[in-house]
Amino acid sequence: MPDRFERPGILQFIAYVLLAAFVIWSFQGAGWSFSALVSGGPAMADFLSRTWPPSMDRLPQLSSALVETFQMALVGTIIGIIVSLPLAILAAKGLTKQSFVSRIFYSGSRLLIALFRTVPDLVWALVFVITVGLGPFAGTLAIAVDTIGFCGRFFAESMEDVEKGPSEALTAAGASKVDTIFCAVIPAAMPSFVTTSLFALEKATRSSVVLGLVGAGGIGIELKVAMDFFDYQLAMTIILMIFVLVLLVERIGSIARNRILEGNTQ
Amino acid sequence: MSEAHDYFTGAQAPVMVPDAGLGSARCDLTVKGMRKSFGKGQLILKGVSFSVHQEETVALIGSNGAGKSTALRCALRLIEPDEGTVDLFGTTISDARQNVLRRSRTDVGFVFQKHNLVPRVSALTNVIHGNLGRSGGPAGWSQLFASRSLRQQALACLERVGLSDHAMKRADQLSGGQSQRVAIARALMQQPRMIVADEPVASLDPVAGQEVMDLFHRLTKEEGITLLFTSHNVQQALDYSDRILAIKRGEIVLDAPSNSLKAEDLNEHYG
Ligand SMILES: Nc1ncnc2c1ncn2[C@@H]1O[C@H](COP(=O)(O)OP(=O)(O)OP(=O)(O)O)[C@@H](O)[C@H]1O
Ligand SMILES: [Mg+2]
Repeated sequence: MPDRFERPGILQFIAYVLLAAFVIWSFQGAGWSFSALVSGGPAMADFLSRTWPPSMDRLPQLSSALVETFQMALVGTIIGIIVSLPLAILAAKGLTKQSFVSRIFYSGSRLLIALFRTVPDLVWALVFVITVGLGPFAGTLAIAVDTIGFCGRFFAESMEDVEKGPSEALTAAGASKVDTIFCAVIPAAMPSFVTTSLFALEKATRSSVVLGLVGAGGIGIELKVAMDFFDYQLAMTIILMIFVLVLLVERIGSIARNRILEGNTQ
Repeated sequence: MSEAHDYFTGAQAPVMVPDAGLGSARCDLTVKGMRKSFGKGQLILKGVSFSVHQEETVALIGSNGAGKSTALRCALRLIEPDEGTVDLFGTTISDARQNVLRRSRTDVGFVFQKHNLVPRVSALTNVIHGNLGRSGGPAGWSQLFASRSLRQQALACLERVGLSDHAMKRADQLSGGQSQRVAIARALMQQPRMIVADEPVASLDPVAGQEVMDLFHRLTKEEGITLLFTSHNVQQALDYSDRILAIKRGEIVLDAPSNSLKAEDLNEHYG
């Protein structure tokens, strides 16, 4: 009869203890407090009561700010997708030739994608506000860069995962590398491209709201001002508008996804 | 009793009746001393040599893992052999540059066990891809962008495999037999001088398999296309080929005209 547990070695045991200690310490570091949670309850209720009813005073201005927010997300995502496709082709393993030059492009594009992905979008927004000034263009750029990091990585992975058979068949027929990528790899990766792109748009819509907080355009700045002036009724209106926008993008995204994936024949 | 039979019932030396009745014909494909191993693993091809003559139909048989697919892939340098020379239509491609290699490949239609069609695009687009060796670029990527003459040509190829009414059907919505016929149409689109088929009917039911083999036979004999195919079905190999090559653990152990062989001779070869 085997033991129910394999007894851990001494090093393994120490590692577990250290890990557990770190997790417990992290609760303290994170300021986790049940008492604050309990006393925060009434404060939350008070806040909510003061947000009601949402104010309708600035609805026209807010609507146009909301549209601008979505426009930033849309344009940033489109630019990001267009730029990330060639980067992803260079960054996908086994897609390009094994020469010295292509090795450099491979490493370079991987590094760029990793940099774009790992630096948070809010940081990019701060950088672009400084370089191109306050306003929606800074936000759009931040979203584009963030989208390149996101789509570049997942486009590359989905192209690596494509079945090799069709590519081999076209190579055997004398097709060039580039033709093979466009004829066999990209069509097969298309469903995953569509899914990734729609996720990118959802993600961009959410972040375009936050980017406004640092002055990079959109409705975020309105929210910040409303909060700073304790105009909670206005803030509630803005939060509800954001909620509706994000929900709408998600719904339309998933409908579009199904439509496109069922797809017509080409 | 045939020489081949002798071999399988005890004789040690391989039976070689090369060039049987075809001594003067030109060779389309000549492979000499091809060796291949993967990584640090054992040798999969241990000096394989064979040739295929113009307009000849040759069947390559051998058990699972004998090295048939590897031999065919190495012959077209879809994977690089470690050693050996390959002549294709009089051009030495074993050390040729990429563009020479591509031009030579254009004349060979390769049909795989799994049809290897591009999913999600139409049968017509898949057939048009057969022309990529001749002219690449967006005009050859899809039927959407293809010229009128290219589309007509592709449709004619589909017609020849009896699938012209399925031209706009998505490749992943075709049956196994239909897919394999589309793959053959794609090979025909190359206007090949030779077709290489790696177990083309292994994933098809007996009736569909028979149809595809008949199709190969008809097309190759009608148009004088050379055919090299592998098969696990000994009877099929005998019925459709002029010559049989058998490969065992990476070595060619039999090379003889099909009419000198019987199914039992070959059956012993498996196992
Ligand atoms: N890419 C590869 N990497 C490592 N080993 C491989 C690779 N391709 C083939 N092999 C090995 O080479 C040997 C021969 O394989 P091959 O596919 O040529 O056999 P086959 O004769 O075509 O068999 P089957 O009848 O099953 O198709 C097998 O042992 C296989 O494991
Ligand atoms: Mg095989």
